[in-house]
Amino acid sequence: MDLHFGDSKPTDEERAAIDTLLGPPESSWEGADRSDADLRWARGGRAARERRDLLLPGLHAVHDRIGWISEGALDYLCRRLTVPPAEAYGVATFYAMFSVKPRPATVLHVCTDLACAAAGASELCAGVEARLGLGSGVSVERSPCLGLCERAPAALAVKAGDPVRTAVSAPATVERAVLAASAPDSAPEEPPAALAVPQAGDPSLTLLGRVGVVDPASLDDYRAHGGYTALRQAFALGPAGVIREVTDAGLVGRGGAAFPTGRKWQATASQPGHPHYLVCNADESEPGTFKDRVVMEGDPYSLVEAMTIAAYAVGAHRGYLYLRGEYPRALRRMEHAIGQARARGLLGDDVLGQGYAFDIEIRRGAGAYICGEETALFNSIEGYRGEPRSKPPFPVEKGLFGRPTAENNVETLVNVLPILTMGAPAYAATGTGGSTGPKLFCVSGSVDRPGIYELPFGATLGELLELAGVRERLRAVLLGGAAGGFVRPDELDIPLTFEGTRAAGTTLGSGVVLAFDDTVPLPRLLLRIAEFFRDESCGQCVPCRVGTVRQEEALHRIVERTGADAAADITLLREVGRAMKDASICGLGQTAWNAVESAIDRLGAYE
Amino acid sequence: MTVTSLGIPRRLLEFTIDGQSVRAPEGSTILDACRSAGKDVPTLCQGDTLTPKNACRVCVVEVEGARTLVPACSRKAEAGMEVRTDTERARHSRKVVLELLASSVDLSTTPEVAGWLKEYEAKPDRFGPDAARVDEQPRIDNDLYVRDYDKCILCYKCVDACGDQWQNTFAISVTGRGFDARIAVEHDGPLTDSACVYCGNCIEVCPTGALSFKSEFDMRAAGTWDESAQTGTTTVCAYCGVGCNLTLHVQDNEIVKVTSPHDNPVTHGNLCIKGRFGYQHVQNRD
Ligand SMILES: Cc1cc2nc3c(=O)[nH]c(=O)nc-3n(C[C@H](O)[C@H](O)[C@H](O)COP(=O)(O)O)c2cc1C
Ligand code: SF4
Ligand code: SF4
Ligand code: SF4
Ligand code: FES
Ligand code: FES
Repeated sequence: MDLHFGDSKPTDEERAAIDTLLGPPESSWEGADRSDADLRWARGGRAARERRDLLLPGLHAVHDRIGWISEGALDYLCRRLTVPPAEAYGVATFYAMFSVKPRPATVLHVCTDLACAAAGASELCAGVEARLGLGSGVSVERSPCLGLCERAPAALAVKAGDPVRTAVSAPATVERAVLAASAPDSAPEEPPAALAVPQAGDPSLTLLGRVGVVDPASLDDYRAHGGYTALRQAFALGPAGVIREVTDAGLVGRGGAAFPTGRKWQATASQPGHPHYLVCNADESEPGTFKDRVVMEGDPYSLVEAMTIAAYAVGAHRGYLYLRGEYPRALRRMEHAIGQARARGLLGDDVLGQGYAFDIEIRRGAGAYICGEETALFNSIEGYRGEPRSKPPFPVEKGLFGRPTAENNVETLVNVLPILTMGAPAYAATGTGGSTGPKLFCVSGSVDRPGIYELPFGATLGELLELAGVRERLRAVLLGGAAGGFVRPDELDIPLTFEGTRAAGTTLGSGVVLAFDDTVPLPRLLLRIAEFFRDESCGQCVPCRVGTVRQEEALHRIVERTGADAAADITLLREVGRAMKDASICGLGQTAWNAVESAIDRLGAYE
Repeated sequence: MTVTSLGIPRRLLEFTIDGQSVRAPEGSTILDACRSAGKDVPTLCQGDTLTPKNACRVCVVEVEGARTLVPACSRKAEAGMEVRTDTERARHSRKVVLELLASSVDLSTTPEVAGWLKEYEAKPDRFGPDAARVDEQPRIDNDLYVRDYDKCILCYKCVDACGDQWQNTFAISVTGRGFDARIAVEHDGPLTDSACVYCGNCIEVCPTGALSFKSEFDMRAAGTWDESAQTGTTTVCAYCGVGCNLTLHVQDNEIVKVTSPHDNPVTHGNLCIKGRFGYQHVQNRD
């Protein structure tokens, strides 16, 4: 590979940001001064190429410090990592949080997604924009769901510098959002994670039992509340025993695709190729989802322990936690927990003195819903554009770095702790035959007590909404998030199980329950969903890249129309939707029409 | 032609295409098998010298038991598979994909598309006059070739040809995402500031004319490009010892472009700047 770098130079600050991450450059090949060694030594080969996966962390490093990525900074990073600048430019422009054009050091992301829109996001945006106009040093950006739906409307301020400063404002008012952006250091603390759990403290909780009870910063407190007994049990059972327990428990993935976890682990464990990897998918960018954030903020050690067990079961010695870029507090808590676990021998070369080596690396996403798709996530970690790969081959065979990989959602993983502590039979006794164990639901919208609820599988939608204090004049419920479907207020007896929702012609998805009363105009909501998919399509395949645009256009045309006036466009939507579902490469394009279709068919949206 | 290197004899897989039993060597794609069986499956992003990115989705077929349609160009055939190439479901997707593409980019120089639009009764106009289009001016920033992204279907072939599949120069990448995704060089600058070495291999593989020789582009603009009046002569490049095959396309006694045969086992259609563009001296007549 013959790399060509332009003549743009990094500023001292950009260089420092990159060198802090990668260490100082050693030779003129990497952008250092020419040394004697350079006369005899040519850089390249394997050692140099293997650092490509540091591209995304490198882009973050520059962005955190400067607030945007200049040509000079990008070229210097490429030189350091032996990455072609064209490819790095393609990667940098893929992510919504990165800018390759100069912009103010402070960016205020104001959520305009479903729950926030229903809670007045447009007024918030208008108010904030009026206050933070040109010259304020703040760039206001409209953002998809920030994962703070229980406190809608929400805003997140990021101020570049050394170190980068962040502040969350939710529920946001114009005043508070402006304060967060102009003085992130003096913005008020976020409320504790437990406030997102209306049932917090209820002794019957399994997955959320420790949220609000333990100090998320204290490993000792975690251990005092039962932490690390599951890992001891795992070592007693051995890897095959752990997989057997998880299989017998009937655990099914909670990330949306509902794949049996035991089967995935078994398939990964039995692959002859090495090394094996474990990836925890904490990208959580589905509008209306915030459960993984609350778990990571409120009980971070449980995820560290669960990842250790999963890795042990599948034979992995390295795990990646791919954490959504818009979750600064979850990032801090997980970084802290991993550091503590490492310092205490619970991660590292000899976990719990059992001779088993495992460590976790955190990778931050940078604003791309598609990176939650499992193979797109691999590409993102590897330093490529977050485009899904075509399957087969499946990740268990060829995943991260082309190696056998088990990828699981945060909630899936933390379920492994009760499975091991209570035993598979007791775990499987909760829930229903096809959906075992407890399930987390993210309830927001027109309810009095939005938040994360934990219920055994099998409770009905009505029971859940009752708990959350559903308001009068419910018009529709969006089940499973933007990729899910709407149901009517007279369908609240749908059981919340994988099989029950399937039988009702809808889906549980990742456990989103968004309630809308009749003050929310349905066509606007559908438009927002279409806009989301159009924005988030990776652009790789035609049905999704162009189909999502045509879908949004048609919905724009019929915003105010019904009946015969809308009929032609609805036919168009159906035809395009069917092709998207059938011919798109990945789940994004395949599901982008679900919610709109269900609104037309079940809610009679344009009748 | 499809270059499937046969190598050592491989196991034959038995499966069915449209109910008819077929045999194909292990490792062949459904498309290979369809073509051997005389079935016509349209393709756009698939090319004979590169691993397809399966991005266009016009080649989709039905495979029994699969939840979605599968791209024939990339899915490997498996024993016992039941493939159906011409069902209502597959035809519907192909038709819509052709409509989506034709409504968003200029396919006037893409071979075969006009025929498929007719065959599948595609009506790209039905998305209305305001349907978003790529709509970009051609980028002309050097004397050798033109980038006209209004014609680009994002098949990724130029990226793969410039990158790890052939040239290893990595001057081209996809930037942005979704409908705004575009082919670009680093920092989206002019070609002359980029890592491009002007081998022209990207033009060789571009299926739509989005990348074209400046000579061809200018003649098309002037209305003098006439493929039916051209002859192609394959010869050996004389510049260096590699000995690549060149095909000289000649119109009115002038070389108008140079390509290279894809079935040449050494070059597979790849050339360097000298072979591809260094033909002026041949026609200096005084
Ligand atoms: C567009 C798209 C986005 C996704 N986003 C997420 C996500 O944010 N978190 C997640 O766990 N799974 C997400 N998934 C599902 C993952 O691809 C994968 O199925 C899951 O992480 C597997 O874990 P599980 O078996 O534990 O459910 C997404 C899928 C698609 C198609
Ligand atoms: S369906 Fe959409 S997101 Fe998925 S690969 Fe295709 S373009 Fe990308
Ligand atoms: S420029 Fe040509 S080869 Fe490159 S992606 Fe576009 S259509 Fe394909
Ligand atoms: S095309 Fe280039 S590499 Fe091939 S023979 Fe001619 S000069 Fe040599
Ligand atoms: S934070 Fe705004 S919709 Fe989720
Ligand atoms: S030819 Fe198969 S997807 Fe394009």
